[in-house]
Order: sequence, then structure tokens, then C-alpha cells
Amino acid sequence: MSNIGSYDERVKNFSWSIAEKELGWKTGDVINIGWYCTDRICQMGHADKVALYWEGFTGAEKAYTYNDIRLATNTIAAYLKGLGIKPGERVCLFMDRIPELYLGFLGILKTGAIAQPLFSAFGDESLLVRLSNAETSAVITQKKHAPKVRKILDKLPHLRHIIVVDHDGVAPLKDREVAFSLEKAAPVEHFDVHPTTAESPSVLHYTSGTTGMPKGVQHVHYSLISQYLTAKWVLDLRDDDIYWCTADPGWVTGTSYGIIAPFALGITQCVLDAGFSAEAWYKWIEKRRVSMWYSAPTAIRSLMKAGDEIIKKFDLSSLRHLASVGEPLNSEAVVWSQRVFGKPFYDTYWQTETGSIVISNYPGMEVRPGSMGKPFPGITGTVLDPVKNEPYPTHGKIGLVGLKFDWPSRMRTYWNNEEAFKKKFRNDWYITGDRSKLDADGYFWFAGRDDDIINTAGHLVSPFEVESALLEHPAVAESAVVSKPDPINLEVVKAFVTLKPGFTASQDLDLEIMNFIRKKLSPLAMPQEIEFVPSLPKTRSGKIMRRLLHAKEWGEEIGDTSTLEND
Amino acid sequence: MAEELKDIVLNYVTKEYLEDDSEPLTYDTPLISGGIVDSFSMVSLKRFLENKYQISIPDDEATPQAFDSVNKIVTLVQRFLAKKG
Repeated sequence: MSNIGSYDERVKNFSWSIAEKELGWKTGDVINIGWYCTDRICQMGHADKVALYWEGFTGAEKAYTYNDIRLATNTIAAYLKGLGIKPGERVCLFMDRIPELYLGFLGILKTGAIAQPLFSAFGDESLLVRLSNAETSAVITQKKHAPKVRKILDKLPHLRHIIVVDHDGVAPLKDREVAFSLEKAAPVEHFDVHPTTAESPSVLHYTSGTTGMPKGVQHVHYSLISQYLTAKWVLDLRDDDIYWCTADPGWVTGTSYGIIAPFALGITQCVLDAGFSAEAWYKWIEKRRVSMWYSAPTAIRSLMKAGDEIIKKFDLSSLRHLASVGEPLNSEAVVWSQRVFGKPFYDTYWQTETGSIVISNYPGMEVRPGSMGKPFPGITGTVLDPVKNEPYPTHGKIGLVGLKFDWPSRMRTYWNNEEAFKKKFRNDWYITGDRSKLDADGYFWFAGRDDDIINTAGHLVSPFEVESALLEHPAVAESAVVSKPDPINLEVVKAFVTLKPGFTASQDLDLEIMNFIRKKLSPLAMPQEIEFVPSLPKTRSGKIMRRLLHAKEWGEEIGDTSTLEND
Repeated sequence: MAEELKDIVLNYVTKEYLEDDSEPLTYDTPLISGGIVDSFSMVSLKRFLENKYQISIPDDEATPQAFDSVNKIVTLVQRFLAKKG
């Protein structure tokens, strides 16, 4: 029997108070995610249970009990407080998936400060935009990533501390840098956890916007209620599970379901800090006896590409439940998983702004391969007519995914950008930006994005941000960035570029521009194809018609071109 | 030839993918599984090899395993150079 039992019964009798009661919380109480994920589990008598198995790419291993993570997060929190970090200040985590990332996240929350995780592969420009916008006070990082922060330090007057967790004394620390070693620091037995309340800000994740710069999605400590219950009912996490969430905490999946939910449930989870390889992943599942595996379609398609033979080399019988997130899971992947693992991947749908799973397939409910599933109990979701902004009266029509914005983990605003937040609503429906249709039984079927945002390997990339960065290359006169189909990553970035006088298209220039964007923004934002063109299609008012280029890449109808310049 | 190729690849990876203060690379440092080059960045590394040696590496040969160290990359490139004649 699954944790959720009957989906239909749960929908009928739902209240978020189910999670509140299980967590021992009532309105007006203090709620601090850092405490719930560590101290509370110890107080429940599980101090000696393993909370985290970690392995790095060199084969180095570490294991932490719940008491270990309680002490480690206390120690980090006390250190931050000693540096003068105050509740509400933003503290960025800019690290690989090392233990300090997971423990630092909870340590920051214990102080009442806001955790701002950023993907360690971000280039200096991506980092600058996000740290400037958040007016971040401190960055916790590794010596290998510190140079990227140094490059932009002059433009970050609010940044007081760069905390290097693996300083070895070989190279001297630079301006504003301090060394902190969790292993060498004296463990702090008692730390007065900041008494955050339900609406106290907790986490700030940045997400790409279609027309502007990235927006800081602000969450609160009460998000725990949604994250806890969705992990219990959708991911079906149980006390004896060994859980593996493959997402990097630079992204929301890696914090909501890679830190908060499993630790709040007192689960043992494992983290493999290594690049992708099918063999390494299967070996990890076998070694750790992983029972619940939460991954992403790009990874699943890469495993499919690696073939079935390799699977036979490993004992994967520990796998009990599988789920996926990040982009639509194609039906072939569901069927493949059923064939090779004996169980399907359950697709889950949510986004940075929702903070937790909002539409999903559930254990015990019929999986329709290719479908997003149904709304989580307590969440009202529909498909809206994009003209009337009202739910379609009948099923089967493609429209906008709309949600009633009233569950605990919904974002509270975009950081310093209330105007952008308000634009996310129409007729009191929160608009996710995705298009979908409903079938007769209430299952949602993904139909694509409703904007120009590129979803590559489950990560959103803003064409605007890439185009802005391209213009900083000395050879680029104009650019237009669109998605192009990709069999593994769903979509990848493609750039159309016109050159300034004196520059000629060449293989070397193509590679130079690719690397320029990779280092400035991130590997995800790097165009995997650059097409040099003599001019870009524009409207008579001079606006680049990205839509035409997108249609060309996807083999779609070009549509109305009446406003096209020189048509 | 192999030694020269090795050094060209090693220098390129060092210049393009490593930060200034990083540990020096060896010919066997794990690049993909070591998180130095991710699957997206692999595309630009593949493009460099194709441009430099005027070869075409099909996507199904450009696997994380084949790109996981300088030595492995050199083996792959040599195979395609031999095919080219």
C-alpha cells in the first residue's frame, strides 16, 4: 500500500492540516526548516540514523547521521552569526554537490538568513546578475569557484564575506575572503535557532524570464508543509528508504526534494557528486541499494541511449519507486523503464515558483504514459482559454495551465519585482507559462511553453539573457536565440548571428562565441549551434521576429508574416 | 604525433575549462565524471577537435566515456584521423 492510498479519497478529504499535524505545527508557531530537518528528527529518537551518504568523483566517501547534521548545521549557523550575518540577509551557496552545500543550506536557514543557491557552473556574468539583484551579503564557495567571485567583486558593494570551505593555505586568501573548515571547526552542540514564522523568507532561487533578467523566486519557511506532504505521497518516501535525488541544489528540485523534504521526513538519502555516466549511476544504485529514485527525463533518455545490456551488469532490485521532473517525460521513457526496471517512472510537474509538486502521477493511480497526471490533492488546476482567461468548458482543447495560488509552498513574490509577480496572474489564476490539455478523466497532457523560454535538460534558459551576452562579443552585431529540438535534452540553444563589418564567419569564430557564452553565462546557455546570417527577420518597427526562426527550427507553420520587414 | 596531440588537448582543456587556481590536469584526470567538463560543455570540446583536426565525430561516438580524459580523447581522435587516412 502506498502512502497516498487512494488518490480520489485524498482529494475528497484533503486539508494541509494533515501535514501540519504530522509535523507538530499549528498556526502561530515558530517554523524553521533548518530545525525541522535536523533537531526534530534527533528529538524523535533518530539521532543515529544515517541522514546522508555522500561520494565524490574521486571515490571519497562520507556518511552523516542525523546527529552529525544537527551539529554541522549548528556549527555553520554559529559561524555565520559570528560573521555578523543577520536574519533576512541573503547568503549564497556556490558550490559543487559537496556535503557543505547541503549542510550550509540548513545552517543558513537556522540563522534566519535566506539561502540563495546558485549552480556552480554559472559564469561570472550569471553570477553577477543574481548576486547584485539579491544584494547578497555572503557567498559560501570552494577555492575552485572563488576566482569567478573575485572577477566581479568590485561590482558587488553589498558582498561582505566570501567563505571558502576548502582553503588549504597554498594560495593566499584575497579581499573579503575567509576560510572555514567544517571538519576543523569545533562542533556547536547548541545553537539558538532563529524563531522564523510561517511567512519568514527562506530560500531565493533564480529563474529565467522571457523578456527581462532572471527573477528571484522568494519562498518562505511554511513551504515545508507542501514539500513534506508531496514527498510523502508522490515520491512515496518511507522510513526504510534509501533515496536518491539526482538534481543539483542550484535548482529548486535539489533543495525542495534534495534537502528539505527527505530530511524533514527523516529519510536516508545519498548524493553522488560526479558527472553523468550510465555505468556510474547504476553502480551507485547497486552500491547504496537505492529504493526511491527521483531523476529527470534528460538523464533517463541518456540511460536509454546507453542501452539495455549495461543494466544486466548490476543488481538494481532495490529500486521500489521511480519519479521524474524537469520537462515532459515522453511515453517511450515510461515504457522503457517498465521494461528494464519492472516499474515506470512517474512524471511529476512543478516549477521554481510553485516550490513543490503541483500536478503528478501517483502510486496506485493508473499511469498514462506521456501524461503529466492530475493536480495534487488540495490544489486546483485547470486549462484556461488563452483569450477569455477562463477554464475551457470542455476537455481536449490546448490552453494555459492555470492554478489557484493557495498552497503552502507557492512563491510569495519575485525579489524586488512585485510588478513581474503580478503579471503571473489572470482572473485570479496563476499562469505557469506552460500549455496543456485535459482529457476526459482529468489527466493533464503537456503541449509546450507559452513563451520563448528554452527548456534544456529541465533547466530554463532565457533567450533574452543569451542575446544580451552575445552582443558583448566584439564580432556580434545582432542576434536571435531560439530553441532547437534535441533527442536527449528536449531542446538546446541555437543562435542566429549577424556579424559586424570586418568579421567573417568561420569555424574558429563559431567556437569562440560558444565558449564566450559558456564562460559568461553557463554551459546550459551556450548555443550548441550558431548560424551566421546576413540579416535577421524583423517587423517594420525593427523588432526581431524570433517566432519565425523558432518555427523554422521546429518545422512548424510560419504563421502571419504581414508585419515582416521587406516581405 | 600522439604526444603532440595529447599536449594540444591538455592545453586546450586547461585553458578553456579550468579556473586559474585549479589543480593541474594530467592525461588521466577524469574530465566528465570529475565534473570538469559537463555534457553541455562537451559540445564545444567536440567542436574544437573537429575544427582542429578536420574530422567529424558522430554524436553516438561522442559519449561521456570517450571524453572522460585527455588520453581517451586522443584515442578517439586518432581513430577518426586514421579513418580519414
